[in-house]
Amino acid sequence: MEDKFKLDRETMALRVAKEFQDGNYVNLGIGIPVLAANYIPVGREVVFQSENGILGFGEITTLGEGDPDLVNAGGQTVRPAPGMSAFDHAESFTMIRGGHLDISVMGGFQVSEKGDLANYMVPERKIGSIGGAMDLAVGAKRLIVVMNHVTKDGKPRVVRKCTYHITAIESVNLLVTDIAVIEITDNGLVLKEVAPGWTPEEVQSLTEPTLIVDPDCHEIELM
Amino acid sequence: MPINKIMPSFDEAVADIPDGATIMIGGFGTVASTASLLLEALVRKGVKNLTTVSNSCGFGKDVWKLMGAKFPEDMDVLVRNNCIKKAIASAPVSAVYQNNFEKKLRAGEVELEMVPQGTLAERIRAAKAGLGGVYTPVGTGTAVEEGKETKIIDGKKYILELPIKADFALIKAHKADRWGNLVYRYSSRTFNGTMAGAAKVTIAEVDEIVELGELAPDEIHTPGIYVDRLVVRPEKYEEADEAEISQDAKESHEKYLERKSA
Repeated sequence: MEDKFKLDRETMALRVAKEFQDGNYVNLGIGIPVLAANYIPVGREVVFQSENGILGFGEITTLGEGDPDLVNAGGQTVRPAPGMSAFDHAESFTMIRGGHLDISVMGGFQVSEKGDLANYMVPERKIGSIGGAMDLAVGAKRLIVVMNHVTKDGKPRVVRKCTYHITAIESVNLLVTDIAVIEITDNGLVLKEVAPGWTPEEVQSLTEPTLIVDPDCHEIELM
Repeated sequence: MPINKIMPSFDEAVADIPDGATIMIGGFGTVASTASLLLEALVRKGVKNLTTVSNSCGFGKDVWKLMGAKFPEDMDVLVRNNCIKKAIASAPVSAVYQNNFEKKLRAGEVELEMVPQGTLAERIRAAKAGLGGVYTPVGTGTAVEEGKETKIIDGKKYILELPIKADFALIKAHKADRWGNLVYRYSSRTFNGTMAGAAKVTIAEVDEIVELGELAPDEIHTPGIYVDRLVVRPEKYEEADEAEISQDAKESHEKYLERKSA
């Protein structure tokens, strides 16, 4: 299975963006999540929030063109856009923690069968940054995690119990990986979609907890 | 006598900050949102054993010079000049660049209290608002909960988080009038707006000072009551110790450019 086709970063971002509904307020984390801003489904108006205190900003600017006073949470300069608002940090996290965001998308190191998320520190490094991750994981109405299905040396990242430092317990709703889309439900992990050429059994063999294969489980749909 | 919070120099603005003080440092991590020249003045004063309260712990001036910043010093100036004993921060280290703070942390030369970002904002706000603390659901079931009081409210678990009190807050704003009314620009409000008034003394570094009455009441982000001192940035930046840009910073900048163009 090592040489089988897996989704690349952009395609994972494209699949994530399919979840954005018309009128949603969405926070995108650093890495693959932020790429999802480029793939908003046609005809839907989606407003992005960045935890450093801006809402409704425009696209990331090209190199050297940006205003240093207008950056996203990754420090990249973004364009102002009609409808944009700016606010301080207490207000920003009032928005985040208070359940006003429809969706938060972030990267992950491990997701457990109960929806626990570990994403701020790899044990080998011993030092990491919590940043806004704990608040975003707890506060958003829906948490989508996007990550590779296994580690570089082939170990499952979808696990029974997280062994890395926990960011938030029982918080992940949907998991998009490079080989599968999995919904975290009260009954367990439901396999909804598989990457082209993959069978549910093959996905299961790279996943620690037992997956419930949705009767409608199908190939990942991008459009 | 007319109120006038404007200080003649950065050195005078920080002259009474003693060794061992707790200082809040505004901004989010970008140098544009940082009170850069106030931090440099603190280093000139030679303060030691500070406890800092900030979102991140600095990338260093080389990184910002490569990005074209006019005033390039961030919190790293305090870190590399050994002014800090302990940092309270939410994002002290970077995933892509090893800052001086991480080096000192690994060497056991500084202490760290890591706080989730929203909790950091709310603990600062609690101090500003005179509250005894806040109950937050953030951090339950994680390392953040350890040793803290918890409470079940309406069937949900919350952690009691105490206010962070500080002696001084060093913040960056765009415009001010002599009363200390402040206006920020876009995402540079961030922790600057949150920290204004949260410490015993708030000092604001600003781009421009305008006449009283020039800022419209509905335009003011931070009312002057929260601000004690103002100091305006000069036209020209004079670098204290001009040195070659480090190889680390160059490599990190290359990576940043690759990431951005990808």
